[in-house]
Amino acid sequence: MRKEEYKELYFKEIKSPFTLMRRDFLKLFGGGIIIFFSYRDSSAFQEIIRRAGALQINPSGSNAFLKIGENGRVTCFTGKIEMGQGIITSFAQIVAEELDVAVDLVDMILGDTDLSPWDLGTFGSMSIRFFCQPLREAASQAKQVLIELASEHLKVPAENLVTKNGIIFEKEKPENSVSYAQIAKGQNIEKRLDKKFKLKNQSEFSIIGKPSKRPDASDKVTGKARYAGDITLPEMLYAKILRPPAHKAKLKNIDTSETKKIKDVIVVEDNDLIAVLHKYPDEAEKALAKIKAEFEIPETKVDEKNIFSHLLGVAPEGKIMATDGDIEKGKSLSSNLFEETYLNSYVAHAPIEPHTAVARMEGGKITVWASTQTPFLVQREVADALKISSKNIRIITPFLGGGFGGKTVNQQATEAARLAKLVGKPVMVAWSREEEFFFDAFRPAAIIKINSGTTIAGKISYWDFNVYFAGERGSEQFYDIQNQRSSVFGVVKSAVPAQGIPGSHPFATGPWRAPAVNTCTFARESHIDIMALKSGNDPVQFRLDNLKDQRMINAIKIASEKFGWASLKSPSSRGYGIACSIDSGTYVVTMTEVKVDKKTGQVKVKRILCVQDMGLVINPEGAKMQIEGCITMGLGYALSEEIRFRGGRIIDLNFDTYEIPRFSWLPEIETVLIDNKEFPPQGGGEPAITCMGAVIANAIFDATGARLFQLPMTAQRIKEAIET
Amino acid sequence: MIETIKSKLNGEPVSLNVDGNRMLLWVLRTDLSITGTKYGCGQGHCGSCTVLVNNKPVKSCTTPVNDVRGKEVITIEGLSKDGNLHPLQKSFIEHNAFQCGYCTSGMILTAYSLLLKNLNPSDREIIEAMDGNLCRCGSHTRIIKAIKSAAKEMKGGKKR
Repeated sequence: MRKEEYKELYFKEIKSPFTLMRRDFLKLFGGGIIIFFSYRDSSAFQEIIRRAGALQINPSGSNAFLKIGENGRVTCFTGKIEMGQGIITSFAQIVAEELDVAVDLVDMILGDTDLSPWDLGTFGSMSIRFFCQPLREAASQAKQVLIELASEHLKVPAENLVTKNGIIFEKEKPENSVSYAQIAKGQNIEKRLDKKFKLKNQSEFSIIGKPSKRPDASDKVTGKARYAGDITLPEMLYAKILRPPAHKAKLKNIDTSETKKIKDVIVVEDNDLIAVLHKYPDEAEKALAKIKAEFEIPETKVDEKNIFSHLLGVAPEGKIMATDGDIEKGKSLSSNLFEETYLNSYVAHAPIEPHTAVARMEGGKITVWASTQTPFLVQREVADALKISSKNIRIITPFLGGGFGGKTVNQQATEAARLAKLVGKPVMVAWSREEEFFFDAFRPAAIIKINSGTTIAGKISYWDFNVYFAGERGSEQFYDIQNQRSSVFGVVKSAVPAQGIPGSHPFATGPWRAPAVNTCTFARESHIDIMALKSGNDPVQFRLDNLKDQRMINAIKIASEKFGWASLKSPSSRGYGIACSIDSGTYVVTMTEVKVDKKTGQVKVKRILCVQDMGLVINPEGAKMQIEGCITMGLGYALSEEIRFRGGRIIDLNFDTYEIPRFSWLPEIETVLIDNKEFPPQGGGEPAITCMGAVIANAIFDATGARLFQLPMTAQRIKEAIET
Repeated sequence: MIETIKSKLNGEPVSLNVDGNRMLLWVLRTDLSITGTKYGCGQGHCGSCTVLVNNKPVKSCTTPVNDVRGKEVITIEGLSKDGNLHPLQKSFIEHNAFQCGYCTSGMILTAYSLLLKNLNPSDREIIEAMDGNLCRCGSHTRIIKAIKSAAKEMKGGKKR
């Protein structure tokens, strides 16, 4: 494991262990065989705890369990959630493989705080990385329990029994058999994972490593899949909440008299929460518009243009993340010195489903259906907001219409819970697109300053990498450089990464798919190309000359061959670009070909190749979908996505001015998964997005000779760079 | 003003007592509890609320119910017949043409209206027809493949 993969995993002691009492548990889950386990049992996660030091979590608790039901179906209960990334498929594959059952016999129960023990949340490309091993071990143990019971049942020694497709039979006499369902019937067995059970060899896999169809597919193409906004409860009211026009604005005067006159409208005024409720959301919205409210907006001078000098002005001392050798010595060895500054703007998560929650209070207990990546965090937030015990709060997570990090922040859930308590009826809070943009915890605007040098032989002699406000992840690099240092400025250590120190950002910031890594990779890989150019070397060759990491060298070589990269000094006018990254344990090499209209600065990305070494792949189809998603989403932050703001107001509040990638932008996409089964599975949801800024920047340079130092690379910025 | 508005929804006649100025999206989702049609932006920019009105795709978030008076509305719930998935639905499953699935209803209906007019669309025609439908998960290339293969099947008139 590399250190930088989990720096921002930092969370406090968890006080909400599995709240069900044992008898409630049995009542709820019925009979069968249950194996409790935890991803904290995985060596990968143990390593994180060891290194991060600051992690304090209940070490004895489990956070998932597996049940073989009396009907023979297998159910896996975890606090993870499904937001499109596909763990609903890959987790089931892992269980089915070790347990020897068909994948469609495995049900996944996700993100329900009453049905699963505590879980950190679904982000950071962690699900498969940390769950794969304990999930396999739990399934293997469950199989062993079944075999032992079958041994008594069939009166055959356990070592003579084998399993296949949910059946246990005698090796020499296959007709002497019993099904898992028959064995599980009438049982009441609960065990905690005991790691002595043997896992399958790679060569025995028949489900892991093969593409598998999504179990949610049919519901998603017929409109049956339920998202938080599709939950309807008797007497439910839709709430629309009074919002300030600008961040940090304070309510001065309010007149709700006109609204109160409207039939069937309820107005709630509870300190900072002013809401209008109606049985129809659109009627609630119309009624809200009748409220006369006056806000005091503090004067702020910061906008999307001067934000960078503001941030540099308030940046405190940096924290050194890594250091090696001697920078001064490195400088003295250099024949070329480089000093550059890279910028990126605020970027929105913009899932197509805005933040939504439904809350129902009944007899002192509250249930919240929330579109969230962190149901257990929501449970704690609702407990704090309502001042009731977590035990009385159940969070249920339906399907999410996208997350990308944005749904680790859950203001809408506490709003719904507070309102449900106040009005005594179920309440839905479904943010409008404008609210979604206004309250989004954006990817932070950030600055990266790099000082570096190369020797006459084209080796990087030193590397001084300074990250302002992006965050820690991705700040360390993987090239073979003797003298180097990386420092990070301006982020606070917090459960939610990418948050700036007080007085830095004018609104909330937070984790955005591969937090900080997109910014760091844009700067690093652009800078590598700049050094390659000065050294008179092709960008691919320069990288190979400065690498010792064999996995990366291998990935670059595979990519070069697949892409057809012929060595040529840049700018070659071909419009070729390369960028490399290691994130969440996964190695990524991306190559692209772009076409730039030099008059307008318009870019057309013609094709993209992404080669990824992510260790053992559970569902190759799912992994490829994640890569394609990363590439497509990455086109946005590379080329167009930027939040503009002035005086605390967010200017881009909908998709008319905030442009996200669409069909007409699409390049040809080719994805390659390197076969590396012997290596444990690594992250899949984020790594491939990290190269997108740099690979396009490098290709634009190759096409035009113009170097872009700021994301997004809008047509205007490209045109300006070409003209200067 | 509450009035009676009659139209056809997914093949069945429907009579609504509603304010005709209300948007079709909310009437479908709340009054009729048909929730496959999704809210995404409220201004017709994202296409997740797409339904068909007389076989043409419209953004239901900006279409008043008045506008569908006497017309035929099809939502995602109306696409499969007698429990059999439409070839487009099957093809979306086959090509894994979605991740979170939130934009999928709008994608399928927009594609359906294209295929009603043109069973032999080029990539360019597909992109043109679909460009107003946003997907944040990045399933675009798979959606194009799914549409092409559904077109092929519909042209053959065969069920899988």
